[in-house]
Amino acid sequence: MSSDSKRKPRIGVFKFASCDGCQLSLLDAEDELLAVAGAVEIAYFPEASRAMSKGPYDIGLVEGSITTHQDAQRIQQVRRQCKTLITIGACATAGGVQALRNWKDVDEFIRIVYATPQFISTLKLSTPIAEHVPVDFELRGCPINKHQLLELIAATLAGRKPNVPSYCVCIECKRKANVCIAVAHGVPCLGPVTQAGCGALCPSYDRGCYGCYGPMESPNTSSMTSQLRILGQADSQVARAFRNFNAWAWQFRKASEECERT
Amino acid sequence: MTGHTTKTIRVDTLARVEGEGSLYIKVVGERVADVKLKVYEPPRFFEAFLRGRHFSEAPDITARICGICPIAYQMSAVHALERALGIQISPAVRLLRRLFYCGEWIESHTLHVYMLHAPDFLGYPDAIAMAKDHRALVEKALRLKKVGNRIVQLLGGREIHPISAAVGGFYKVPTKQQLRGLVDDLQWALEASLETVRWTAGLEFPNFEQDYEFVALRHGQEYPFNEGRLVSNRGLDIDTAEYEDHFAELHVKYSNALHSVIRGRGSYLVGPLARFNLNFDKLPETARQVAIDVGMRPPVRNIFRSIVVRAVELVFACAEALRGIREYEPPTAPRVEIDNRVGVGQAITEAPRGILYHRYALDENGMILTAKIVPPTSQNQKRIEDDLREFAAQLVAWPVEEATWKCEQAIRSYDPCISCATHFLKLSVDREEIKV
Repeated sequence: MSSDSKRKPRIGVFKFASCDGCQLSLLDAEDELLAVAGAVEIAYFPEASRAMSKGPYDIGLVEGSITTHQDAQRIQQVRRQCKTLITIGACATAGGVQALRNWKDVDEFIRIVYATPQFISTLKLSTPIAEHVPVDFELRGCPINKHQLLELIAATLAGRKPNVPSYCVCIECKRKANVCIAVAHGVPCLGPVTQAGCGALCPSYDRGCYGCYGPMESPNTSSMTSQLRILGQADSQVARAFRNFNAWAWQFRKASEECERT
Repeated sequence: MTGHTTKTIRVDTLARVEGEGSLYIKVVGERVADVKLKVYEPPRFFEAFLRGRHFSEAPDITARICGICPIAYQMSAVHALERALGIQISPAVRLLRRLFYCGEWIESHTLHVYMLHAPDFLGYPDAIAMAKDHRALVEKALRLKKVGNRIVQLLGGREIHPISAAVGGFYKVPTKQQLRGLVDDLQWALEASLETVRWTAGLEFPNFEQDYEFVALRHGQEYPFNEGRLVSNRGLDIDTAEYEDHFAELHVKYSNALHSVIRGRGSYLVGPLARFNLNFDKLPETARQVAIDVGMRPPVRNIFRSIVVRAVELVFACAEALRGIREYEPPTAPRVEIDNRVGVGQAITEAPRGILYHRYALDENGMILTAKIVPPTSQNQKRIEDDLREFAAQLVAWPVEEATWKCEQAIRSYDPCISCATHFLKLSVDREEIKV
């Protein structure tokens, strides 16, 4: 224990099915990267280093969803090696955009993309990490916010609760004194049901939120659906709005499926 | 079996590339018997789930193919869809898109030059270890990268998966004053890029010249981003809509990967080296001059020197961004209003790693019927293996560990983006140990 207290905490970064953008957020923290690298040992991070040290790790950052048999096994090994396991981004926390396959015949998808379908081995569903192993914290976003990631790492190392709010994007819009684009201009916006974290980016750029941070803590999706209908959206459009980067998050999934049934 | 020694070079997880791949090379005696660049990145089926989405969703969806070059996906998507819909963008939007791309090139090239590739030349596992001995260098890299990201942030809202690019223009365009706020940073970045060219030119390069077919866009007036004809040094000169007539994706026996080839000729090379060699005359004076000063004139045929060419392109991107900011007049509307209609459209734009092809077919409601996407890394895939076959032959006498690192360095010269390529590469499920 005494020798342990002197050593730097070890961090591992693990990738599953994803675009690499969330782990890139760490390298995009240009002002903080060298300070982070001084405070911790980045022991496993193939995107950044060819030195790959074996576990165990104090913190495991997991990006990506589970879409193959091998990855379903690999996440078990990763979990065993990580004291604290944090999933980062919509793929890891909700199955990602690749979960759009979950409503389709995956064999047909394979035929569309690949000329020789028998070479492709993939699961029928793209699923979040928490459906496979216990997860200590889920950081939302497609992509995640690098400042939230740094806060989360700092909080985990200090043993305190991270300051990552679970309220909706509307709060961030109010803070920025944005005029509500849904109310003032009739633009369909998922802000009321989407978790904050992006800084209300889309409404600040004159477009509706498209839900890339996934559902807030307890979203009223049926009220959202009614509101979108009032703004003239057809049920097929509402279903598509819920069905993108966090489509498999259960609250959005339920909302899109309800629109399809009506 | 015949008394020949057999050596195997294996890298189970290729590092400092984007995505998941592995390398396997078998050398028997003096002969390279097998080269496999395997990709085990799982497929994500973008072309399949784009079907049935509205065209306006394509820039946001395709950006998610790659966290490192989302702007490239957004640019190829919007240009292909604008062609399908028969609409013209305003000159101001055209200028902003070039500026947007400058930001991505600066960010992506800096990341690659300093953090992914330079550690190979200086003998470090990564940029963080390199920073212990070369702190000023890494700090400069991070600052330069941040300048690129600032452009992307201003035009697109955030660095990764920006939210402002739209078919027909942008959701919101910046003011002149906002753009002028970037000028000081960019002037510093231009100087830092010139230093980067001189510094990279002084690195040590293996003697490895290959007879490549270079393929890149070429435009009458400017170094290419979003427009131009597709040309090569062997006579290719086509409209981008004819891409699929001239290029094919083949399944070769020794690999599980689909390889892009030029019909009737074989592998080709896209990316910085191809652009530089085919568009040297279109570089701004500052970029051309510094290239000449360090002895880089086309044709550059050594893939390891890509790091210098990337640095030259950094100079170009900074100079081009400054020019764009000087000339910018905001458009009357941020984007063109568009009516749904039936159509097919193709586009090629220059991602940092090379040409990125998109094709969409739309129905009368503007819904996507079919989509095809060919990213740069799947186009370079066959060329990487061809290079490794030649290069490994030079290394047969080397200790395996050093030869392995050199081969990794060769692969990293291409700045491969495996997550991108995956939608088109065969998934390798064979992870069996191959016995020496």
